[in-house]
Amino acid sequence: MLETAFFYLFGGLAVFAALGVILSANTMYSAMWLILCFFNASGLFFLLDAEFLGIVLILVYVGAVMVLFMFVVMMLEVNKAQKREGWLNYLPVGGMVALILFIELIAASTSGIFSTGNMAMASHMGAEVNNTVEIGKVLYTEYLLGFEIAAIILLVALIGAIVLTLRERKDAKYQNISKQVQVRKEDRLRKVSM
Amino acid sequence: MDVLDMALQVLIWAVEIVAVVLPLALAVAYTTYAERRIIGWMQVRQGCNRVGPWGLFQPLADGLKMFMKETIIPARSNKFLFVAAPVMSLMPAFLAYAVVPFGETSLFGFWDEPHVMAIADLNVGVLYVMAISSLGIYGILMAGWASNSKYALIGAIRAVSQMISYEIAMGFSIVCVLILAGSLSLTDIVHAQNGGILHWYFIPLFPMFIVYFISGAAETNRSPFDLPEGEAELVAGFFVEYSGMWFAVFALAEYAAMILIALMTSILFMGGWNPPFEFLSFIPGTVWLLMKTSFFIFVFIWFRATFPRYRYDQLMRLGWKVFLPLAMAWVAVVGIFTYTPVLSDFIGFWQPWR
Repeated sequence: MLETAFFYLFGGLAVFAALGVILSANTMYSAMWLILCFFNASGLFFLLDAEFLGIVLILVYVGAVMVLFMFVVMMLEVNKAQKREGWLNYLPVGGMVALILFIELIAASTSGIFSTGNMAMASHMGAEVNNTVEIGKVLYTEYLLGFEIAAIILLVALIGAIVLTLRERKDAKYQNISKQVQVRKEDRLRKVSM
Repeated sequence: MDVLDMALQVLIWAVEIVAVVLPLALAVAYTTYAERRIIGWMQVRQGCNRVGPWGLFQPLADGLKMFMKETIIPARSNKFLFVAAPVMSLMPAFLAYAVVPFGETSLFGFWDEPHVMAIADLNVGVLYVMAISSLGIYGILMAGWASNSKYALIGAIRAVSQMISYEIAMGFSIVCVLILAGSLSLTDIVHAQNGGILHWYFIPLFPMFIVYFISGAAETNRSPFDLPEGEAELVAGFFVEYSGMWFAVFALAEYAAMILIALMTSILFMGGWNPPFEFLSFIPGTVWLLMKTSFFIFVFIWFRATFPRYRYDQLMRLGWKVFLPLAMAWVAVVGIFTYTPVLSDFIGFWQPWR
């Protein structure tokens, strides 16, 4: 009973926050709503006994991704009126995406896959079953190839991002630490006999 | 579970929360006092010694003063976020304490086996602390943005990039501890360090211990990494527009985060509530943990009195080019040691899960 109540609390707040993301005029507020949304999604993971996923959702999305989002948003001077105009141009494409997603969701939810009998509705395991250990066991054995491929893709993206932002400026003066440390008195100081 | 049981459970939780938060608030107040006295002595002066015996009531007087001051909200600021920002930085700093185990107790023989003294003994405790303490960024970010002031904005930007950078090195140094302990639970990590000072993780992971502690100083914007509030260039950084109680809330959050780092360093690397030698075990574990924590708080204050502030590019270089490669290399070293036949006997001494 309590679990159902919490499910509706988290789920309802997540939907409410998601509405807040798209409806608030201030981009900063949108980002804040999105953070609330992530928190509630992580609460849903906790209800499913997936505490590792729940924490990682907060750690990665709220702790890192959203911070960088806000970092960018903070730098933008978003004009409200300007943002609103021309939304009719985007309506056909956006509406189509929304419609397809809606149909997909309806089709999936009525297909019977999610009916109570078919769902893996395992009863709650005891506290001795460690979610993290179980994920590790499958991830590093059965799905090792997929995991490694994802890692390589991330590494390539990382290096790509660094290369894109790397620019040597000719007019800037750089500090050479080892040179500075190794400097001797004779290099800097010259005795002049008077 | 009927209603009475639930009410009792809620009452127990409330008592636990008060038992952690109240001493924490006091500890924060007296950390500021300790800081002023210690820095005073290190700089060959007295520090605050006027209010009460040895100046012991100074934090209370400061609190009262802050409380009586007017809170000024700048006219062009975003009022809602301006007021919400200090709360948003204080909340995660206190929330993270929910999983910190302060020791084990059998309540003077009331329970048969010792219980862990934590509000919630989560089995992903380390991740929880990392996740929640990284949320403190939002308070700073909001404060900088909502103030509508260039100093505050630059301070916030600096704080965010600094915290993001050092979090990574911090995470990798924790990974080394996790490989040795074989668990994400803070209680299990302390239990894995049972058996005297030789079992503590600062011995096999000494470089990581240093990386974690210094990254912690950077993470909590402590000197010498206090660039977000560098008064020489940014007046006061992200909280330049705050006054009165809201300003005090930021200070509270910063000190709570600093105490958390000191606690986590003691738990992860210094054996938590384990005594260093068996014959010293007559002293309760919680006292040991708090003694270690106090030592690390002292080291933080010592840093502040000793080192000049870093320059911003030096700060970034230290995080990305020194700590991150070192921490990643150490993860590889610990991993290779763990799974190479002969070497694993050597490191097995610290790995009770074998």
